[in-house]
Amino acid sequence: MVLSARGLGMRFGDFNAVSNVDLDVHHARVHALIGPNGAGKTTVFNLLTKFLTPTSGTITLLGTDITGMAPDRVARMGLVRSFQISAVFPHLSVLDNVRVALQRPNGLATQFWRPLSALDRLNERADQLISAVGLSEARNVMAADLSYGRKRVLEIATTLALDPKVLLLDEPMAGMGGEDVAVVAGIIRNVARDRAVLMVEHNLKVVADICDHVTVLQRGEILAEGDYRTVSEDPRVRVAYMGTEEA
Amino acid sequence: MADMAETTETGGRTEAHSAMASSIRLGFLLVGLAALAVAPAFLYPVFLMKLLCFALFACAFNLLIGYTGLLSFGHAAFFGGAAYFTAHAVKEWHWTPELGVLFGVFGAAVLGLVIGFFAIRRQGIYFAMITLALSQMFYFFCLQAEFTKGEDGIQGVPRGHLFGLVDLSVSTNMYYFTLAVFVIGLLIIWRFVNSPFGMILKSIRENEQRAVSLGYSVQYYKLGAFVMSAALAGLAGGVKALVFQFATLTDVTWQMSGEVILMTLLGGIGTLIGPVFGAGLVVTLQNYLATSDFPVTIVTGVVFMACVLLFRRGVVGEFYASRLGRRLGFEHRR
Repeated sequence: MVLSARGLGMRFGDFNAVSNVDLDVHHARVHALIGPNGAGKTTVFNLLTKFLTPTSGTITLLGTDITGMAPDRVARMGLVRSFQISAVFPHLSVLDNVRVALQRPNGLATQFWRPLSALDRLNERADQLISAVGLSEARNVMAADLSYGRKRVLEIATTLALDPKVLLLDEPMAGMGGEDVAVVAGIIRNVARDRAVLMVEHNLKVVADICDHVTVLQRGEILAEGDYRTVSEDPRVRVAYMGTEEA
Repeated sequence: MADMAETTETGGRTEAHSAMASSIRLGFLLVGLAALAVAPAFLYPVFLMKLLCFALFACAFNLLIGYTGLLSFGHAAFFGGAAYFTAHAVKEWHWTPELGVLFGVFGAAVLGLVIGFFAIRRQGIYFAMITLALSQMFYFFCLQAEFTKGEDGIQGVPRGHLFGLVDLSVSTNMYYFTLAVFVIGLLIIWRFVNSPFGMILKSIRENEQRAVSLGYSVQYYKLGAFVMSAALAGLAGGVKALVFQFATLTDVTWQMSGEVILMTLLGGIGTLIGPVFGAGLVVTLQNYLATSDFPVTIVTGVVFMACVLLFRRGVVGEFYASRLGRRLGFEHRR
């Protein structure tokens, strides 16, 4: 187990966005966090990555309590996330997007006296990552000019550049065409071989295909847990999703 | 696959065009430098020196807003503060001019560290207001402190001998010293922006949350940029104190902070030479209208409004984004 949360809670005034969530994310497994809109999935993501500070509960990453840590420090410890709305650097090229991610781990982030050509030694690794997500042809294109699906895979490439121990993907397939979904699903399956992946996903076919473990959230609480088959047969989950047990 | 082919072509074109843009930039740069080198033969040197000081000040300001996305409304504190520090060191301690200017730069950097430390905790309008509030506090300090000589300011600052050798009271010598400082200042900014550190600054400007999620402590980067910008504004202010041989409250007022924003906006935020152009426009207008009966502020106000309405990206920024600019390979954010 690499990432674990106990009794996680988040209140906004009188509203309980998340309450009493226990979560265990394991190495080399794809863990899905699903639930209807407004169930609190993204809030859980923000709490785990420390973009929000929980009002109750604790979070442990690789045996260290990260509950009070700043988000950049959590990222440096190896817990890296993607965002629901594609988060790229729009006016940088695809190559520069990936190089920015590679700069810190390679000790090339603070030199203000060195020329940009100092970053050329990151090109080989950056090109590998760009090629792994199928963006080689668009290497020098500005990220803003990419299609939505391509922005999403670029974001995955920049996330992988950090070689994270835990990867949190917030709706990585949202807005993608069928062909792209298959490509991204393959990439996720592949990267989960040697790291933990936690993903929020609405596409249940993808969840069924690539996820080893599923947690269902509803109104900020855990409704059901287990493998996809167990969860999908749970009558409470059917009611939550379809409004009827027979659906 | 059609879009794939298109992007390949775009990629190839981008590289070739960037190379073309670089050579055009270099050409402009050399022509500009040559023009500045011979300018004192045709124009009043003090006017040119004032222009260079303000151009450097605007470039220093642009380093912050253009490449980090932080709008400071308190840069006069660094510009005017450094003028006081340099004037005091040269006049009272009899330091040589180059050491006096360096002292001004150091003072502005320390001031930048203090103001930046508090300001970078907030964003947008709150950031601007904190910088304004702290620079107003500094203004009050300058008004009250003994060494600044209150409303009189520090007068009769000797220009001295550069490195103990070159007499800067000779106008031409002072001009070339100012020009050298200006060029060095621009080179520093250019290196800073086009460095690994500058790349992270750009990424923070583009998407701060993403930069945080990649593990960057954005506050340190912002503070670094703030201090560098303050130090360079101080470089401009220190030299200005030597040029005019005085340091007064005018340079630490909030109006001065507003003026540098105006210069940068007019020329083009986020372009290296835009602020130089904007500063040139404002200083020239001020200079030529100073002797007329027509109020300068009305004219600069009208020019500003016209520019904002017609050239949203500033004059240089608009050129970069125009069809011709893009054909020549200049890149500018939309």
